[in-house]
Amino acid sequence: MNTDQWLGLITGVLFGFLLQKSRVLRFDKQVGAMLLKDMTIFKFMLSAILVGMVGILLLSDAGIIRLSHKPMNVGAVLVGGALFGAGWAIVGFCPGTSVGALGEGRWHAVFAIIGMVAGAALYAEIYPFLKLTVLSWKDSGKLGLPEALGISQWVIVPLFWAGMVALFFWFEKKGL
Amino acid sequence: MKWKREDRGWSPYLAGALVGLLAIASVLATTQLLGKGSYLGASTAFVRGAGLVEQMMAPDHVASNEYYTKEKVLVDWQFMLVLGIFFGALIASASDRSFKPEGVPPTWEKRFGPSIGKRAVGAFMGGVITITGARMADGCPSGHGLSGMMQLSVSAFVALALFFGVGVLVAHFVYGRRA
Repeated sequence: MNTDQWLGLITGVLFGFLLQKSRVLRFDKQVGAMLLKDMTIFKFMLSAILVGMVGILLLSDAGIIRLSHKPMNVGAVLVGGALFGAGWAIVGFCPGTSVGALGEGRWHAVFAIIGMVAGAALYAEIYPFLKLTVLSWKDSGKLGLPEALGISQWVIVPLFWAGMVALFFWFEKKGL
Repeated sequence: MKWKREDRGWSPYLAGALVGLLAIASVLATTQLLGKGSYLGASTAFVRGAGLVEQMMAPDHVASNEYYTKEKVLVDWQFMLVLGIFFGALIASASDRSFKPEGVPPTWEKRFGPSIGKRAVGAFMGGVITITGARMADGCPSGHGLSGMMQLSVSAFVALALFFGVGVLVAHFVYGRRA
């Protein structure tokens, strides 16, 4: 294995370990969030975002790393995002957690993984058609929120932190 | 609610914060060692997995497919990351005895009964739709939800709102209000 693969594997093992310890790999946690009954996955994701965003934006400002925004292709993100949400409610796993769920014994995740591999193969076949339709509607490019709003990221970050911490208190108060 | 840390799990706030540190370390390490930063993501690995399987059966077809050519069918950083998630979850669940064989999850069983066949069909169909959406939107809750949000990408805010918003609607429709 080369350095690229080793780094990926080590990062993945740590990521999988933390996903499992916080119990977010479970179908009932993911569907529980969608049924607005259990916000564990949001506590986990938003905590990761709050910490990660500070480090990544600081390192990017210092010129040490480069940001890599995914394009705001309007049709693709709207249609794809909606499809994802619909499928996620039924399968109860996202791509990363399907593999993790299998690791903690939830073997019905095998069917989810097979479906995702089959779906990826299908996507490769319909890609030329999508490129002419959904993917070609309007592409706003690789856009960051600070540029889009014309506000410094160091104004957005503290506001985002304040909003999310307030949300955490609300989750705990409501017992979600 | 009912399972909250009853089974010796970690606080999701703590584990999440550690994932934030992992994401920073990962971008830093890949930038330094590989010359190009890699952000956490999972759904492209499924394209590579599909391509690797198809390559065994129809290598010419894969070589001529535009999408496989664009995404490159190889065992790369992200493919190994996704494989690593499996082993990380296995180690974590073995370490605190939370490893549990499960064929039908409780919320599913309440609505659709204990049939493994039904769950298999649901998981497969859901999986097909989920990955199609993720590839179209160019990311999943890892790529958009974690990595995109950390960078304040506009696409991440929109994608995450749709993932969850539509998920809430469909989940209430599928499992019922009192599930």
